[in-house]
Amino acid sequence: MENIDHQKVFDAKIEQDANIEAKDWMPEDYRKHLIRQISQQAHSEVIGMQPEGNWITRAPSLRAKKILLAKIQDEGGHGLYLYSAAETLGIGRDELIKQLHDGNAKYSNIFNYPSLTWADIGAIGWLVDGAAIVNQVSLQRTSYGPYSRAMVRICKEESFHQRQGYEIMANMMAGTADQQEMAQDAMNRWWWPALMMFGPHDTDSPHTGNAFKWKIKRQSNDHLRQKFIDKTVQQAEVIGLKIPDNQLKWNEEKKCYDHGEINWNEFYEVINGNGPCNRQRLNNHIKAHEEGEWVRKAASAYAIKQKSTVSQ
Amino acid sequence: MKHQEALLTLTLRLGDNPLVLGHRLGEWCSKAPILEEDLALTNMALDMIGRAEVLLRYAALIEGKNHTEDDLAYKRGERKFYNHLIVEQPNGNFAFTIARQLYVSLYEFLYYSELMNSKDETLSAIAHKAIKEIKYHLKHASDWTIRLGDGTDERHHKMQEAINELWMFTGELFESDEVDEQMSELGIAPYPADLIGKWKTELIDILSEAKLSLPEESYMQTGSRNGIHTEYLGYILADMQYLQRAYPNAKW
Amino acid sequence: MENIKDTQWPIWEVFIQSQAGTPYKHAGSVHGSDKEIAMQNARDTYFRRNEGTSIWLVPTDCIVASNPDDAEMFFDPSNDKAYRHPTFYTMPEGALNI
Repeated sequence: MENIDHQKVFDAKIEQDANIEAKDWMPEDYRKHLIRQISQQAHSEVIGMQPEGNWITRAPSLRAKKILLAKIQDEGGHGLYLYSAAETLGIGRDELIKQLHDGNAKYSNIFNYPSLTWADIGAIGWLVDGAAIVNQVSLQRTSYGPYSRAMVRICKEESFHQRQGYEIMANMMAGTADQQEMAQDAMNRWWWPALMMFGPHDTDSPHTGNAFKWKIKRQSNDHLRQKFIDKTVQQAEVIGLKIPDNQLKWNEEKKCYDHGEINWNEFYEVINGNGPCNRQRLNNHIKAHEEGEWVRKAASAYAIKQKSTVSQ
Repeated sequence: MKHQEALLTLTLRLGDNPLVLGHRLGEWCSKAPILEEDLALTNMALDMIGRAEVLLRYAALIEGKNHTEDDLAYKRGERKFYNHLIVEQPNGNFAFTIARQLYVSLYEFLYYSELMNSKDETLSAIAHKAIKEIKYHLKHASDWTIRLGDGTDERHHKMQEAINELWMFTGELFESDEVDEQMSELGIAPYPADLIGKWKTELIDILSEAKLSLPEESYMQTGSRNGIHTEYLGYILADMQYLQRAYPNAKW
Repeated sequence: MENIKDTQWPIWEVFIQSQAGTPYKHAGSVHGSDKEIAMQNARDTYFRRNEGTSIWLVPTDCIVASNPDDAEMFFDPSNDKAYRHPTFYTMPEGALNI
């Protein structure tokens, strides 16, 4: 029987834009890169439930409460889809959660900022989900099949998230002076962290090389960031919000906006655990996990008991 | 009592229960024992808030003062809320939340099964939609009661403890006053006291499958029919109504 | 209790039928301690938007998948059997209902 050159088959598939599937041979580094990236994204969805969850009980109308609940539930669902995609690579959700708790896995920096007023719910939906979706749309074409399919499903479901956030901002900007102030304040606090969500500049991004070669990542950090800025500026103008960047200016030649420099020092400090909510977010997750242990075990014990009853 | 007044009281009672229980279930968000269960609890919260919305909208219509469902949810004081005391009890551990849900969903299942035949078309239509949701809540609560109950001692203890602790709030579910009398005579709503027999029979079935025992008869708490609550409701409303109260002229 | 391990429970593959009469399609997976819990979890995870009317659940470790290394011998041989498709055949002109 002929010997299959796995690397060659893999390379050919990537070259032809074909998907890699769970059982296909893949380079160990490809697998590792995917696990790291997908689990980070899954953790982000799940940790991201916290800043929004902070306002469920205080949502100002029954409609707003329903929308917010449904949206946060979607984030949980998306975390679940992504964990599932990571699991196809041979790592269990138990292990992924352990990595999160040990600090060995990261989640998006943005969720280490606090949600202080109701306008933050608008800003998170509009800016944070808006930035996330730019990235997610691009990832629908990622080379790993289960990941790509999860992203397609997620993009389909996410489409209302950004709109609900923008609607909150628009309503507040059309409202009382207090509301307008609240909305602008939220804009001021979330704009820069939202830009940081795309990661370091392409020149400083440590993992970019292989991710591109393997078509895990299809578009660069800076490219995606620019795309987000260009579409968001106009949306802000329509409802009368000011972008908190004095250097923001339309560049006629490049047909896009020039913008001021991001505070990368803050970015790395927050990544390294010094954001305002890092400890709080992680501790909440650990606490819920620990408090749920007896429930998970009870269900497992019941399942074992049922099985042994059946086989007797 | 005038018909309109009785119908309004009935509808407020029906609306306040899911409003407050939905609030409590929403508090579970991102805290459930496993991710899948987080989604399940949120689904229930969504069903509850949705039901509260249509019932309070109907209440506002009956009231005839140009109020909206939001006015009723966000601008009434705690002495004007008529939800059962059991739904405002804190979530506690997962067993506690499940026990609360079991008691309430079983009651709602019996109540809404009859409310479907209401001579009031709006209530009947609301009941037809709600009963499907309630059946699922009841299945969810019983499946979990059985899993948490039928196990080792420690778990057994937690579930039994929750069942026992909440027991004193169950009597109120079957309290029936002048409003209930009037409404049931007109075929608009069931008479709660009539439901207790069935409720207990079905509860005993579930508890025995879960290897749990029915708590002993004891003194029952009362008050919500007159707007008298436990201290917990005040804090729920302080949270829920905060933005509406702090910015009375704002629209969201 | 001490001898029970804390896990995220076994994985189940979820197949959903979007309309009565249509084939079941793979939607994703969920964790569930037993089949009832898995079924509820599948419902709460994959049916938030009116996605369908029926669910199949299969424990993931019961799925038998073909080996990618066998792909050529498994699937390529059926590539050249055009006579299995109706368009392969030439019908006499004027023949109806065939």
